[in-house]
Amino acid sequence: MLEKALTGSKRYWTWIFVLLGIIGVGFIAYLQQWKYGLGVTGLSRDVSWGFYIAQFTFLVGVAASAVMLVIPYYLHNHKKFGKILILGEFLAIASVTMCILFIFVDMGQPMRIMNVVLHPTPGSVMFWDSVVLSGYLFINLIVGWTTLGAERKSVPPPFWVKPLIYLSIPWAVSIHTVTAFLYAGIPGRHLWLTAIMAARFLASAFAAGPALLILLVMFVRKVSKLDAGTEAIQSLAKIVTYAMTANVFFFLLEVFTATYSGIPGHAHPLTYLFFGLDGHTALVPWMWTATVLAFLGLGLLIFPATRRNEGILPIALLSVFIAAWIDKGMGLVIGGFIPNMFERVTEYTPTATELAITVGVYAVGCLVLTVLYKVAIGVKEDTAGEAEHH
Amino acid sequence: MSMNRRQFLKIAGASTVLGLGGASVVNSLRRGGLEASQMSPDPRGLVAKRWGFVVDVSKLTTEEDYKRCTDACHNIHNVPVFKNDNLHEVKWIWKEPFENTFPGIEHEYMSHEFKEKNFLVFCNHCAKPACVKVCPTKATFKRKDGIVMQDMHRCIGCRFCMAACPFGARSFNYLDPRGNDIDGKPLIKVENKTFPTRMIGVVEKCTACYERLAIGQQPACAEASNGAIVFGDLEDPNSEARKIIATKYTIRRKPELGTQPSIYYVIGGSEHA
Amino acid sequence: MYNGGKIIAGLVVFLAFFTFPFYYNLGKANARPEPKLNTPVIQQLAEKKCVESKDVMRSDHMQILNDWRDSVVRDGNRIYVNAEGKRYTMSLQNTCMNCHSNKKEFCDKCHNYMAVKPYCWNCHIQPKEDKS
Repeated sequence: MLEKALTGSKRYWTWIFVLLGIIGVGFIAYLQQWKYGLGVTGLSRDVSWGFYIAQFTFLVGVAASAVMLVIPYYLHNHKKFGKILILGEFLAIASVTMCILFIFVDMGQPMRIMNVVLHPTPGSVMFWDSVVLSGYLFINLIVGWTTLGAERKSVPPPFWVKPLIYLSIPWAVSIHTVTAFLYAGIPGRHLWLTAIMAARFLASAFAAGPALLILLVMFVRKVSKLDAGTEAIQSLAKIVTYAMTANVFFFLLEVFTATYSGIPGHAHPLTYLFFGLDGHTALVPWMWTATVLAFLGLGLLIFPATRRNEGILPIALLSVFIAAWIDKGMGLVIGGFIPNMFERVTEYTPTATELAITVGVYAVGCLVLTVLYKVAIGVKEDTAGEAEHH
Repeated sequence: MSMNRRQFLKIAGASTVLGLGGASVVNSLRRGGLEASQMSPDPRGLVAKRWGFVVDVSKLTTEEDYKRCTDACHNIHNVPVFKNDNLHEVKWIWKEPFENTFPGIEHEYMSHEFKEKNFLVFCNHCAKPACVKVCPTKATFKRKDGIVMQDMHRCIGCRFCMAACPFGARSFNYLDPRGNDIDGKPLIKVENKTFPTRMIGVVEKCTACYERLAIGQQPACAEASNGAIVFGDLEDPNSEARKIIATKYTIRRKPELGTQPSIYYVIGGSEHA
Repeated sequence: MYNGGKIIAGLVVFLAFFTFPFYYNLGKANARPEPKLNTPVIQQLAEKKCVESKDVMRSDHMQILNDWRDSVVRDGNRIYVNAEGKRYTMSLQNTCMNCHSNKKEFCDKCHNYMAVKPYCWNCHIQPKEDKS
């Protein structure tokens, strides 16, 4: 089926080569990091995780969101999602690929990655994170490819795909729960030490992921004959609405506990994020932008008039996506390190090299997504065409 | 026999995987390795059930007193010195004022002298270390004698331990420690040729001078401190360290987090009581 | 043959890449490595013996060093008893390099020949050699 990705319009090939160019630039930037060390980034002794891990955390959520299509379709017979299931699964594959790459570029000694396999440590959440992420990639690759291949041949998929699909449902929830546990089990960092971390992660994931998916579906509709249908889009938009409501609600719960309890350690990270601490205010504009976008997006989604308007819907979805990206990525990860364990503030700003590598990794994800989507569109257009002939 | 291209590719792929996988399994089984009986500790080595430190800052009065301790450690361990670069600095032991060592305990009525009194901070070698719990490769691990060790060969540089340590005791080699600072001078000021340096991409911290303990010597900071730092077996009722914490009032950093740190700071020595 | 031109061109490119190591190194001297043992410390030894015999060291020094590493760092050991009962301190930097202080004439000779780059000396300080 991969041959479907080898034929395309001029626009398609231009896009592929643009992506390859960006990947090349990112790779050259990575060579700098390889040679000189992670000192080429903005990371520090105090803020030891930054942009790379922020992207990783956010993208695990996007990957998990495929489950928001699988549950309605397979558990509740919501057949409207039939045309776009594969797009969700392929988005999950691209996301997990990027997650793995972000981990790789963040490691100080990436050539020793096999140590995690050679010396398994079940007591470490990071060990489990590598297990569940690899498993999830594996499941989605097998399920996606097999179901698409079966559709191409107009036969039902083999019997063993169904149990794998059912497995993918709790597995998707687990990848994001385990990622949340990376943060929620750390004793010293007040912003992270909260029981609601996993719930917040999942809510934010199920808002941002499907939001991106709807935008991709609308784009696919523009460039091909694959039309998911307005009902599918609206269904998914309602899921985004509920998830984003939960996400915002959970965040406000955090704000309440931190401010009402009055415990300084609890409040300091949030104070830093929204008002600055000791005169350090680097993240303040970002957090308020995220707040505005969150409420804007949510407002536009809650009211059916604006949600059903396919001109306004993309704005709402983009707002939700960006708000979640800022809050979960920069806000959560950086905020956990500020103030440091000595109650001092060391700020973090990503460097150009760091951003170049990040964009390079995103380009790899886009390339994977483009190729997989081209295959899916190709197969579906073929089978739809055949169905018309019969 | 006739087979189509797809079958051929499947068979070729499977044979390659089995071949390579089988070869590596056979290879790893063949390697003998040394007998465990051939290797043993140095008989001079100091042993304990739980190593700990007692730090009495009333015995540290001048800048010189603190510097002697921190230099003793950093010099014999080839720790790079990053001047004016608190982003990439590497430090195993250093001084912090009271209000930063024990955040939250200071109050508005405390004298300036107390608030700004410097303490020596370094890895607490906790009995229940958060860093050991999170390390995905056991590159940091707890020895039977209580020391939290760092295996630089195994560390993958994921820095999860740095996120987990509630005491900020760990440093990462963001830059090559064997490089030069912005003035062009080597970062490692004093080279100890009997101890390795580190390389970029690994985490490091105080390792309780395990290499000195192994030949019967005290940790360098304790030796240089003129009695301000006492190192001993907390589980031995007759050790000097244990006697101090049994008779004097001591506090530890962030005990409420449950990591059970092993550095006890003497508060209110007899001079101040 | 369909697309014959592209296939033959592709094959030529593939062969060019595949045989690169061979024709790139044509004519380059590849004499046997001769590691030198004439360091001051070795010359002053009464018995010119390494930790283990030459054959054992040649084939197994990598494994021995790995085992020493794990034994020292992870198990807290320090003393190694060799096949003849002699005791050594397990240390690349202080034992091995003490005798073999000529890394360029000893260690590097075989490593360069075999194109292996062990990164031990990124951390373990190598002895200073006069010719740099």
